[in-house]
Amino acid sequence: MRPQPVHLHYSTADQSEYCLRFGPVDADRIILIVPPLFDEMNRTRRMMVEMMRELATRDVASLLPDLPGCNESTAALSIQSIESWRRAVSDVAAQLAATHVVAIRGGGLLDDAAALPIWRLAPVKGASLLKTLLRARIAADKEAGITTTAAQLIIAGQHDGLNLAGHAIGPEMLMDLEKAHPVASDEITEATLTDVAGTALWLRSEPGESPQMSAALAAHIDRWSAMCGR
Amino acid sequence: MSQDVETIIRALLSDVLGLSSEKVSALHNDSQLFGAIPELDSLAVGGLLTEVEDRLDITIDDDEVDGELFATFGNLVRFAETKVAE
Repeated sequence: MRPQPVHLHYSTADQSEYCLRFGPVDADRIILIVPPLFDEMNRTRRMMVEMMRELATRDVASLLPDLPGCNESTAALSIQSIESWRRAVSDVAAQLAATHVVAIRGGGLLDDAAALPIWRLAPVKGASLLKTLLRARIAADKEAGITTTAAQLIIAGQHDGLNLAGHAIGPEMLMDLEKAHPVASDEITEATLTDVAGTALWLRSEPGESPQMSAALAAHIDRWSAMCGR
Repeated sequence: MSQDVETIIRALLSDVLGLSSEKVSALHNDSQLFGAIPELDSLAVGGLLTEVEDRLDITIDDDEVDGELFATFGNLVRFAETKVAE
C-alpha cells in the first residue's frame, strides 16, 4: 500500500490547526514543508503530498501544516499576517519535532522562523505575490466595468483590508507582504526548477500535478537532509 | 533578441496555462488568447504579467495593461519586445 497520512494537530495563537504527517513514527529526519501562499498553495498541494509519500518510502518523515486561516483552519484569514504565519511555523516545528525545513515559493518568507536547516525551491518576494493578487483583482474589476489601480486598492486596503482573488487580505497582511522577502543566508540551500526537472505548477490557472517533479524533489530533499546536521 | 522574447513568452504560456508543447508551438501572431483560451482567466493574467516581468527583467505599469495586450499572441510578443528594448 502507498504511504498514508496521519492527521496531527499543533496549536498556535490559542488555536488548534491540522498538520498532515507522512513517514515512519520513529524517523530520524522529520521535514517540515512550508507551502507556497494563497492560490499557489492550492495549485501545488497534490504535488507536495506526492513528494511527501515519496519521502516516506525513503524512511524520511514530513509534515505539511495548515497555516492559520487556510484549508481546514477555523481561524479567519483576514486577521492573519506574515508575522502570525511565522509564529505558526515556529510553533509547528517545535511541537511536532521537525528536524529540517523545506520551503516552496512564498514559504520562503516564513521558513527561517523555525531556526532549522532550510532548503528552498523558487523563493519569491512578498511584493511579487501581492502584485499578482492585485492584478487579478484589477483584471476582474475591469471585466465588471470598474476601473481600479493598484495604488487605490492599497490605500483602501490599509484600513479595511482587501478581497484579492477570493482571499480576505487584512491590513496587516497587506503591509507585511509589501516588505517581506526571503531571508538570505549562506546556510540556506536554494534550488531552481531546472534543478528538479520541474514545471511551475504554482503558476497554473488550473491545479495540476507532476509525478516526475514530486519524485525529483523527494530525491533532492533526501540527499540534502542526510548531509546537513541536526 | 526578438526570437528570444518570443521563445520566453511561449515557455511562459506553457508554464502558466499548462498548455502542451504542441499547442504552444502552434501559436502564431494572429492566434487569439484572452477569450479563446479558457485557461486564461483574470487570475492567470495576474500571474502571467508578474512572470513576464521576472523572466524578461522589465516593469509593466498597470495602465499599460488593456484588453488588446492579451487579444493575440502577436500583441503580447510585440508589447514584451518593446518593453525589453526600452
